[in-house]
Amino acid sequence: MTYPFAGPKLRAVTESTHSSAGPLSFLERFLFAWQCLFRIWFDGEFALRLKGAARGFEALPSPDASSPSDRDEPVESDDTAVESQEPSKEAESVRQEAEAQRAREAARVGALQLLGLLQREGRFVDFVQQEIAKFSDAEIGAAARVVHAGCRKALLNHARVEPARPENEGARLTLDADFDRGRLKLTGNVGGKPPYQGTLRHRGWIVSDLALPILVEGYDARVVAAAEVEL
Amino acid sequence: MSEQRFTIGIDLGTTHTAMASASLETPDAKVSVFDVPQLVAAGSVEARSLLPSFLYFAHESDAPLALPWATHDYAVGEFARARAAEAPGRVVSSAKSWLSHAGVDRRSPLLPVTAAADIEKISPVEASFRYLDHLGEAFRSAHQGQLSLGEQEVVLTVPASFDAAARDLTVEAAYAAGLENVTLLEEPQAALYAWIEAHGEAFRTHLKPLDVVLVIDIGGGTTDFSAIALLENQGSLELHRVAVGDHILLGGDNMDLLLAAVVRNKLRDAGTELDAWQMTSLSQACRAAKEQLLAENPPESVPIVIPSRGSQLLGQSIRTELLRQEVERVILDGFFPGVELAAKPTQRQRAGLAQLGLPYASDPAITKHLAHFLTRQAGALANLPGFPAASELLRPTSVLFNGGVVKSQAIRGRLLACLNQWLEASGAPPIRVLPGEDPDLAVARGAAYYGKVRRGRGLRIRGGTARAYYVGIESPMPAIPGLEPPISALCVAPFGMEEGSQTELPKHELGVIVGEPVEFRFFGSSVRRGDSAGTLLEHGKSGELEELSPIGMTLVAEGRQKGEFVPVHLRASVT
Repeated sequence: MTYPFAGPKLRAVTESTHSSAGPLSFLERFLFAWQCLFRIWFDGEFALRLKGAARGFEALPSPDASSPSDRDEPVESDDTAVESQEPSKEAESVRQEAEAQRAREAARVGALQLLGLLQREGRFVDFVQQEIAKFSDAEIGAAARVVHAGCRKALLNHARVEPARPENEGARLTLDADFDRGRLKLTGNVGGKPPYQGTLRHRGWIVSDLALPILVEGYDARVVAAAEVEL
Repeated sequence: MSEQRFTIGIDLGTTHTAMASASLETPDAKVSVFDVPQLVAAGSVEARSLLPSFLYFAHESDAPLALPWATHDYAVGEFARARAAEAPGRVVSSAKSWLSHAGVDRRSPLLPVTAAADIEKISPVEASFRYLDHLGEAFRSAHQGQLSLGEQEVVLTVPASFDAAARDLTVEAAYAAGLENVTLLEEPQAALYAWIEAHGEAFRTHLKPLDVVLVIDIGGGTTDFSAIALLENQGSLELHRVAVGDHILLGGDNMDLLLAAVVRNKLRDAGTELDAWQMTSLSQACRAAKEQLLAENPPESVPIVIPSRGSQLLGQSIRTELLRQEVERVILDGFFPGVELAAKPTQRQRAGLAQLGLPYASDPAITKHLAHFLTRQAGALANLPGFPAASELLRPTSVLFNGGVVKSQAIRGRLLACLNQWLEASGAPPIRVLPGEDPDLAVARGAAYYGKVRRGRGLRIRGGTARAYYVGIESPMPAIPGLEPPISALCVAPFGMEEGSQTELPKHELGVIVGEPVEFRFFGSSVRRGDSAGTLLEHGKSGELEELSPIGMTLVAEGRQKGEFVPVHLRASVT
């Protein structure tokens, strides 16, 4: 939908006064100020968006520091604010969807990489894939030693895992109303109001840092262990 | 336009390579270790502080060995090391040990020794070049292509016992990798520099003038001893490297192999035979068990499990255990026995024919090698003012440990017990341990620190040549069938000659043969300190002179006849 007063003439003028990059000259700013003045008077939506942009402007990093994908639409460079809104909205939603897709894909690849790491260092997948019912405790224990040593090394070298609560298990705890509900889970007589008195049964684990290796281009992360053929 | 902004220290080790850097722009910049991105498994690239010195040649069955900056048909690092256990015919390892082997042509393509048919072998020099090249590419990539390693000030470490030829070849590999500003530094000195840098001014609480620091460096493949003395000269502290031991091919890998052999024999007695893959897996399990059993408060035994190769982990693993007493007997008594000062390493009689291989030390007792070093270098402090008169051994006052093997408290304990026993017998006080070192990364860190020290900031260790160098002169004798003409040794570079200095030899009636292929024989001595340039040795005492690699060449017979004898002057310079 085009705006009543942002006719082709106005758009052409603003486009011609905009230089491709870098600071605007005084003449450009002078003309642009007049255009904005009339648009704010006669175009409610433009005024609303520009007000939002002005508020968001203070939170902006400097243009060369941030990458284009970091910026939201209202604080993008000035020329898109005066261009037609509809095509840019569509482009924006397509871009957001593509980014979300990439993030999901990266998370999946990361999970596969972690499995590959645990298999390579600790034979984790071999261990859980095997049926253990018919083996003795001694045999399982021996295998568990190998898996434990390897997985532990893999985990310690790539992640920092810390307990969610510093106290020892079995210690009495008092939880105030503002306890971190994401980190703590209540069990037993769950009811009533804070402060809660209870015993710590499990310290919890939080992964504070995770650094997986970079996956080489073209390598299929689903192959957590390659089949081995001895020549 | 690239500039020189860093001083870089590179430790090209036998089993691991490391790189550290310090900024040249801020005067008090600390040394930081560079995490080297490398292929750690098929399809995974990770930056680690150590780069294993292994090179794997790709086969057509491999997926592309892609690094973030390039894809090669070879891989350097952790993935190559993993493949060494799986496909040993395609991996080059221990190239550095070959670099010091005078008995082979180190520029000829030798490695891997037992190579698969389709591999083009490479020389030890080229292997070293490939590791340095990987570091260079990683450095460039980390700086977004703006800086190149070749333009930085690079300090490359070599074992103190490396002879001139091995050092030259190391520099050759560095030049091939594009490193133009390269300085060599001895590894024990680098370890001491790293220690000094880590302690800052507080090092004076541990070291005083007239102290002698013994650096014991026991790595995966080699053992290196050095002695560094502290002097006070006009109010300022000076460090002098006074003695260097022989290059001993003995290290942690020998210990792991021996433990693996012990366990294999135990399993054989119980009726289980192991194949090659299982032996490798066993060596790794033994290494881990050894670390546990030689640490503080060790358990009585550690279980060893050799997992099966297939996906069925349970039911096919081989289980046994390693007892603390076994490890103590094999490692501590085998490699670090308590010995008398006069003990010399036994020379096993070599077989007449031998396969081409590295000259491993025939006596595994490291304490015997240490005793031999201290007695042989008893006169090391003779030329320095203020030190007590020479006795039957070189008496160190402090010891600095370096290398992976000495992380074990039990091994340190044995070494200290031996040292204290000898010092006490000689009437000297017990030795002090310099605390708080970083056994894996000290050499690289120290090398980077040395780069700053060279520019005038910090304490510098004076060294000079670690040996006196001699050239063989053939004396004129009538030909006697079956007898080679006797060779005298002319000293061309005295012990401790400073880098960058030159010396003219006094006139001798010497000449060279032009126009014909001739061989120049070279000798070195790490004990003869009194010989100045021009001293002619008619007969060296046995064991004092060791022969180094000869140089064969044909001098151009310009304007003269072939085979003519031309009188010459000799001049030596140390670069």
